[in-house]
Amino acid sequence: MSRENSFHGPLADPAADAGHLGHPPRMGFFTDTSVCIGCKACEVACKEWNNVPEDGIDLLGMSFDNTGMLGAGSWRHVAFVEQERPLGRQDAGLADLPTGPSRSEAAAETVSRALPVAGRGGGDLGTAPVHLGFPSFELPGAGTGAQGRTEFRWLMSSDVCKHCTHAGCLDVCPTGALFRTEFSTVVVQEDICNGCGYCVSGCPYGVIDRRPDDGRAWKCTLCYDRLRGSMEPACAQACPTDSIQFGPLDELRERAARRVAELHGAGVPEARLYGHDPGDGVGGDGAFFLLLDEPEVYGLPPDPVVPTRDLATMWRYAGLAAAALLTAATAVFLEAGR
Amino acid sequence: MGSNMAEAHPVGFQWVMEAKARGARVVHIDPRFTRTSALADQHVTLRAGTDIAFLGGVINHILTNDLSFREYVQAYTNASCLVGERFEDTEDLDGLFSGYDPRTASYDASSWAYESVPVEERPGGRAKEQAAPYQHGSGGPPMEGGAQGIARDLSLEHPRCVYQVLKRHFSRYTPEMVERICGVPQDLFLDVCRAWTANSGRERTAALVYSVGWTQHTVGAQYIRAGSIIQLLLGNVGRPGGGVFALRGHASIQGSTDIPTLFNLLPGYLPMPDVTHESLAAYLDGVRRPGQKGFWGNADAYTISLLKEYWGENATEENDYCFDYMPRIDGDHGTYRTAMDMVDGKVFGYFLLGQNPAVGSAHGRLQRLGMANLDWLVVRDLTMIESATFWKDAPETETGEIVAQQCRTEVFFFPAASHVEKSGTFTQTQRMLQWRDQAVEPVGDQRSELWFFHQLGLRLRRRLAGSTDERDRPLLDLAWDYASEDGEPSAADVLRHINGIDLRTGRTVGGYTELKADGSTACGCWIYSGVYADEVNQARRRKSRFDTGPYDAEWGWTWPMNRRVLYNRASADPQGRPWSERKALVWWDAERGEWTGHDTPDFERTKPPDHVPPAGSSGPAALRGDDAFIMMSDGKGWLFAPAGLADGPLPTHYEPHESPVRNLLYGQQASPVRKVYGRPDNPSNPAPPEAHGEVFPYVFTAARLTEHHTAGGMSRQLPYLAELQPELFVEVSPELAAERGLTHLGRAHVITSRTAVEARVVVTDRMAPLHIDGRVVHQVWMPYHWGQVGLTTGDVVNDLIGVVADPNVFIQESKVLTCDIRPGGRPRGSDLVDYVEDYRRRAGITPWTGVRIVTAGGHDGPGHTEGDPWEGPS
Repeated sequence: MSRENSFHGPLADPAADAGHLGHPPRMGFFTDTSVCIGCKACEVACKEWNNVPEDGIDLLGMSFDNTGMLGAGSWRHVAFVEQERPLGRQDAGLADLPTGPSRSEAAAETVSRALPVAGRGGGDLGTAPVHLGFPSFELPGAGTGAQGRTEFRWLMSSDVCKHCTHAGCLDVCPTGALFRTEFSTVVVQEDICNGCGYCVSGCPYGVIDRRPDDGRAWKCTLCYDRLRGSMEPACAQACPTDSIQFGPLDELRERAARRVAELHGAGVPEARLYGHDPGDGVGGDGAFFLLLDEPEVYGLPPDPVVPTRDLATMWRYAGLAAAALLTAATAVFLEAGR
Repeated sequence: MGSNMAEAHPVGFQWVMEAKARGARVVHIDPRFTRTSALADQHVTLRAGTDIAFLGGVINHILTNDLSFREYVQAYTNASCLVGERFEDTEDLDGLFSGYDPRTASYDASSWAYESVPVEERPGGRAKEQAAPYQHGSGGPPMEGGAQGIARDLSLEHPRCVYQVLKRHFSRYTPEMVERICGVPQDLFLDVCRAWTANSGRERTAALVYSVGWTQHTVGAQYIRAGSIIQLLLGNVGRPGGGVFALRGHASIQGSTDIPTLFNLLPGYLPMPDVTHESLAAYLDGVRRPGQKGFWGNADAYTISLLKEYWGENATEENDYCFDYMPRIDGDHGTYRTAMDMVDGKVFGYFLLGQNPAVGSAHGRLQRLGMANLDWLVVRDLTMIESATFWKDAPETETGEIVAQQCRTEVFFFPAASHVEKSGTFTQTQRMLQWRDQAVEPVGDQRSELWFFHQLGLRLRRRLAGSTDERDRPLLDLAWDYASEDGEPSAADVLRHINGIDLRTGRTVGGYTELKADGSTACGCWIYSGVYADEVNQARRRKSRFDTGPYDAEWGWTWPMNRRVLYNRASADPQGRPWSERKALVWWDAERGEWTGHDTPDFERTKPPDHVPPAGSSGPAALRGDDAFIMMSDGKGWLFAPAGLADGPLPTHYEPHESPVRNLLYGQQASPVRKVYGRPDNPSNPAPPEAHGEVFPYVFTAARLTEHHTAGGMSRQLPYLAELQPELFVEVSPELAAERGLTHLGRAHVITSRTAVEARVVVTDRMAPLHIDGRVVHQVWMPYHWGQVGLTTGDVVNDLIGVVADPNVFIQESKVLTCDIRPGGRPRGSDLVDYVEDYRRRAGITPWTGVRIVTAGGHDGPGHTEGDPWEGPS
């Protein structure tokens, strides 16, 4: 394996690449969002096991999501997406009801727009003085049914650190606090991290984050301590419907491919995998997903790229530029020396 | 239906998801689109409180299209039994059955009996006071002569046979009527009918799941009856993949009815003796009738073994096994009656264990005012809950109705050990007992409930030692002899006593069939007998289904006798062969001469399918080889209940106590036997035919969030749970939001005649308006977990709800009422009292509102108030 290649592209064995000899197979998560019931047991189990602090008792109004996003205080985050469209052949039972237009999109958009500027972590949204600017309704009472909403689906998905094959956070960490484990997962060592924050901008998913108190960076460890004790991660163990599956990545990828085929057969053509492809911008994720819509809908970047992907090229260009400059300079001297 | 399983029972919901992965179709019928609906194949929005109209429509669909599982219905149900000539249906009496007494608002059920069964007239007034139907518990009610020939017509053609009575009763529950009442479009309703019937029969079975969304109604027991009728008609009872699943409200709530914390029951669903039972014999005669079939016939063995367990050697044949020591009930001592009696100064002390009525019970205000009028109150809980702090921070302290300095109640708070700090069993919804070992030592003064009551008993007896007062004998003579482990009473030894002990050998009995009526066995709960068979804690077994087969026979222990499917004899045809190979569960092995199969057969092991009992037998011996329903007094599954229910032999659609619409089927608006409490402190919103219903135009329903635990004592104190659902909110549809000017995340308040509560607004497409008989009806939903203590606090939603109850079981109607909703916060302090008073005035509410129960046939029945609540119109 050439050093150049380890910054991007497919990589068969990240642990070996990091110098682990005789290591276990690469372990990861497959999160099948089609069976997620949004119970948030993963969030609680994660916090309990890893002693992650409470990070805001604030009503966010993004459907049932009051966590908001992954961060130093939330290593699992369940997204709730209300949409005016059907889920496969599911019948939401709205046809012929006296409904008016949907407000799902308006609510989601306005909340997400207002959140970054809202006080109290968003917990006061809508209570004045911040006006959310929802579109008002002309229909008094009920709609006629003719222009009323007839479709609805409610998507839920538990997000987590992707444990990338090429982890931007790890590659930019100057202290060695972030390291690649023998399971090919990516872990921050809290006693080494100095809080420089390079990793935060190095993550293409916006996962890793610093705590406001001491500035150190935190994220999912894929329960490294439990893995070393031959236990599965807390979130996967707590998940009642096996939406979060833990295991050797190769196995999970096979299982995921079968599940997608199954869903396609069952009339859910929108089912697709995300983060499973070793050819993607991060060399594939150690934690990948089955989604029922575009990744953006769940707050996931559509085409994540590890910032270090272009490092070699950048160095090459920098080298070329330097060489060119050198050549030019030499030429000048040579010219001058004539 | 009536269940938000994914949110309230997420762990059990994994099996629904597994069934779905194997191709099962999941239909969710609920007033709102929940996390359960999100995972279902189909969601049906219906108006809260109209499930019987929907289910009656399904029954009518099955009967008119002849879609029942005919052989099953003929063999195992009472479809062919003839009902007596005196019976009159709701079709004849405008929504009443025969035997109604408007004065007591109760039924004399004698006219509902089978044609050939002798019955005496039994006015229902007293039964209604003690929720008698609940006392029939795990088996059917007693019925004289059930073992003898009941007149039948196996062709199901006789106009008075149950099948025809059923057909007539539900004939007007058409798809069109379902649409008008429930708001469910006809096409959608017929889709559900087709899915249900197509997945039932010889080769297929369908399961029905319900939770407290069904039980918490004035007609809750009849909701479940309606579901059971469908499942019996379709052959979905006693068969694999079938059944009626009652998902219970908390961990081990099943256990707390099996070994009850209820005023009218003893362990194993033996009724609590009442003042008419002067002797053990008189009591037993009330449990079983001469010549009836089934295992209630051995009630003497169960009762005497229980008395032997309570009073040990002091219980002898000569003293009626200390039967006289048993307390007697003489009326309603249910939780709501008790709260009102506290308000009225009739109750002096109160123990609260693992319960937070100041937040978790309907009409929280009544609960708090009651608790504020006691001498003493003992609260045992994990944290300082609202029911322990109400005297200083209840909402009534804000309005000035409770003043801390003047509140007379002395509160004793005892910190309790949690489930991980003590060993014991949970009995879950499937009747399975699972033992858990103690994981950690409790901290500080925290103690288990077992320690507390054991010590309480010891200390009371010490105080009373040497007393010659006759009234102290029951306490002094108690056996109270549990083994101890490190100073704590041993939970395993208690379980051993519950299992039952053969007093001659000192060893545990193997099951309830070994219990004796001669005082030679002791048993704390006959249905749990077998849980400690062979001196082994069977509830502690943990053999995986991968080692023992799909029925998990060696994982925990299920009552009765480790049976996983009740009445599983019905999984085989009358000749004892499985209805189909695909759905085989138990069957008759002719060669070995016994019942066998994947589950423990729920039948006498060696009684052949063609067995016909000799004339004159009774009890279990009177069961035929094809009487699959072995607890019932006639051995049959009851489509029609000839006895045992306070509110009718058949489910009937009545509007909820508070409803925005008139009953479209009958003149009788709401249940004619619902239990009302007409008091100034328990007002009702008006419902048709009363005037001014428009003051409270919306349907209100409340439920749980998965992130919180009931009254919040176990979740609002925990940061990891509090942050997941951080604030009380109210869900409304976009249409209602527009009608009332509500904005997403803005503040609003919901008002009933009891109070107003404030919450943040969540406008969501998950709520949708309905067409009800030509008008649009909106529904409002709130979670009820909040109170004034904890990391996240909020108004008590249960304060909105008044007390009105199902007469069978005394469960309050907290799943449906009417309300108004307005934007902005509610008035504070004493302004709130004036604000709500103004609403009551506009709606013309008095203590007589909602308690003139009879509305059938243009009657103007009497108002059911308590005494003369105040000078006013009557």
